[in-house]
Amino acid sequence: MEQRRLFKGKRTRTPGSEAIVRLSGVYKRFGEHAQALAGVDLEVRAGEFFSLLGPSGCGKTTLLRILAGFEEPDAGRVEIAGRDARGLPPYRRPVNMVFQNYALFPHMTVFGNVAFGLRMKRVPEPEVAERVSRALELVDIGPLAGRRPHELSGGQKQRVALARALVNEPEVLLLDEPLGALDYKLRKQLQVELMNLQEELGITFVYVTHDQEEALVMSDRIAVMRAGRIEQLDYPEAIYERPASSFVAQFLGTSNLIPASGLGDNRLRTPLGEMLTTETVSAGRSYTLSIRPEKIRLSRERGPLPNTFAVRVDDIIYTGAENQYLLDAGGLELVAYTLNSDIQEPGFEEFDYDEQIFARFPPENLVVIDEPG
Amino acid sequence: MSRASWKRLLATVFPGTAWLLLFTLLPTLLILYASFLQRDPHGWLSGPLTLANYARFLGLGPDGFDPLYLRILGRSFLLGAVTTFFVVLLGYPFAFFIARSRHKNLLLLLVVLPFWTNFLIRVYAWIVIFQRKGVLNALLDNLGLQPLHLYPSWTAVYVGAVYTYLPFLILPLYASVEKIDWTLLEAAYDLGAGRVRGFWHAVFPQTLPGLVAGVLLVFIPALGTFVISDLLGGGKAILIGNVIQQQFGGSRDWAFGSAATFVLMAIVLGGLWLYARRAGERGMEELV
Repeated sequence: MEQRRLFKGKRTRTPGSEAIVRLSGVYKRFGEHAQALAGVDLEVRAGEFFSLLGPSGCGKTTLLRILAGFEEPDAGRVEIAGRDARGLPPYRRPVNMVFQNYALFPHMTVFGNVAFGLRMKRVPEPEVAERVSRALELVDIGPLAGRRPHELSGGQKQRVALARALVNEPEVLLLDEPLGALDYKLRKQLQVELMNLQEELGITFVYVTHDQEEALVMSDRIAVMRAGRIEQLDYPEAIYERPASSFVAQFLGTSNLIPASGLGDNRLRTPLGEMLTTETVSAGRSYTLSIRPEKIRLSRERGPLPNTFAVRVDDIIYTGAENQYLLDAGGLELVAYTLNSDIQEPGFEEFDYDEQIFARFPPENLVVIDEPG
Repeated sequence: MSRASWKRLLATVFPGTAWLLLFTLLPTLLILYASFLQRDPHGWLSGPLTLANYARFLGLGPDGFDPLYLRILGRSFLLGAVTTFFVVLLGYPFAFFIARSRHKNLLLLLVVLPFWTNFLIRVYAWIVIFQRKGVLNALLDNLGLQPLHLYPSWTAVYVGAVYTYLPFLILPLYASVEKIDWTLLEAAYDLGAGRVRGFWHAVFPQTLPGLVAGVLLVFIPALGTFVISDLLGGGKAILIGNVIQQQFGGSRDWAFGSAATFVLMAIVLGGLWLYARRAGERGMEELV
């Protein structure tokens, strides 16, 4: 949590530590071969923005649908708001869902769509009108109440879908890639709005996405999924800084993966030479070292620090904000980013094609992954 | 408008318009005109113009009020409505059954298959089934049950009508059911609707275009049918279609036949107009 505040000062509310969703040993199989979930355990804390992140087919949507009640797990326990959810139909669960394609009722107005949940619960009509207009205000589409879905833009539909779910004041809001169909700019804008909304309302969000940046930006915690399992569950910073597997290291951002074998203590042998880390490794065991491109230090001088190796600049990609160097380190392809700042700081250098330079891998930036490379 | 765009307009609009004028509007106007003429002694149409045919249809004859034809018209509406009701009762679930089945194509083929046989032969087939020593009674006899006297009867007419018009509902309805977005049902469940209300609010509205089209395709022809009532009713079941057919056939009173035709058409068109006005422009699009 310390680290979080450092990175996101603007977050004022700290989610509690009490679990509102609890899954243990959840299995789900579709047909003969498709293992959608292969033993998932997780706890979502009340009031947090929780993301399920993974490539398509990793089981994240199945997990969400199990929470919504559209699928029943083959085995395992699902608990929502302290209640066993097994056998509980969707309409009896204290959750609401924002669907990927919005699933708005085309024959109803925006008002009718948002009012639907309340009317199903037989809330008196004056109260329905009041709560619907409040929900529409909340997502800034008050004036659109009389429109039909086909008269709305993608972003507006998204807001209606959100209002339609939120008006029911669910304990947990389930979001299935809600921004997937929108263009980049709108997505960025809605990301911020969703975060603010979640913070304002204090409702627990379970957010499914395959967009790692989205997950990093929005979430309090992220579960990275792969092939029906949770690969890593942690704070965004922890997942980015300390990936638990080479899959996570590569799925979130770019990572350099270097095969290594332990020499004991904190020393490893790599194709570049011997490296030091901050962790203790066992001698003779195979590991993978992961380092983010922006954490490799490049210089023309060798310098006195450890983990410095000679590399050759293979290619330079200019992306505006940064220079990306493709490096050849004794047959190993590496990538390193340097900030394209025009402030002439000490140590700020630009390099040329085919130049022989030195790359330093600070031990504290090396992540030792217990996986053969 | 320039000459070129006039030409383009003519090339695109003319064929359709000409078709409509020649084969729809012109015959309709001829019937309308004929309905105001009289039958001459040889069975031809002759003047002067008169409202007598309409008066006769409405039962306002020289011998006082006799609602014979109005009663027949009412009977026809009853047949149309009841047939439509049973067709929907059978066809609605069946369209879902086809759409969700693994043997979609086979089932659709079975629905269309009767069209490969002549309509008259299919109606005669029901006579074979229903007649005194027919298939049905043979079956009942084998089961040790009393025979039924179903041919000729109104029951047979109704069965024949439901059988004949069922595919006309299933096909357009199936097209709607096939396109149903089932995530809307999930959304409804998610928002607290149980099975019944979920279906009613999320699924049923999506089938409406197909249902309306199907109901019209069943109701309108059922209203005007004369073959089914003639054959399965044994000549005793008289519907408005039979009346019209008789006037153009045996009775050779084209003027009165035209008037009867026009009354029927006016009622159907009036009904469609009311529906379209209520459902607005969208309703009209769905109709067409």
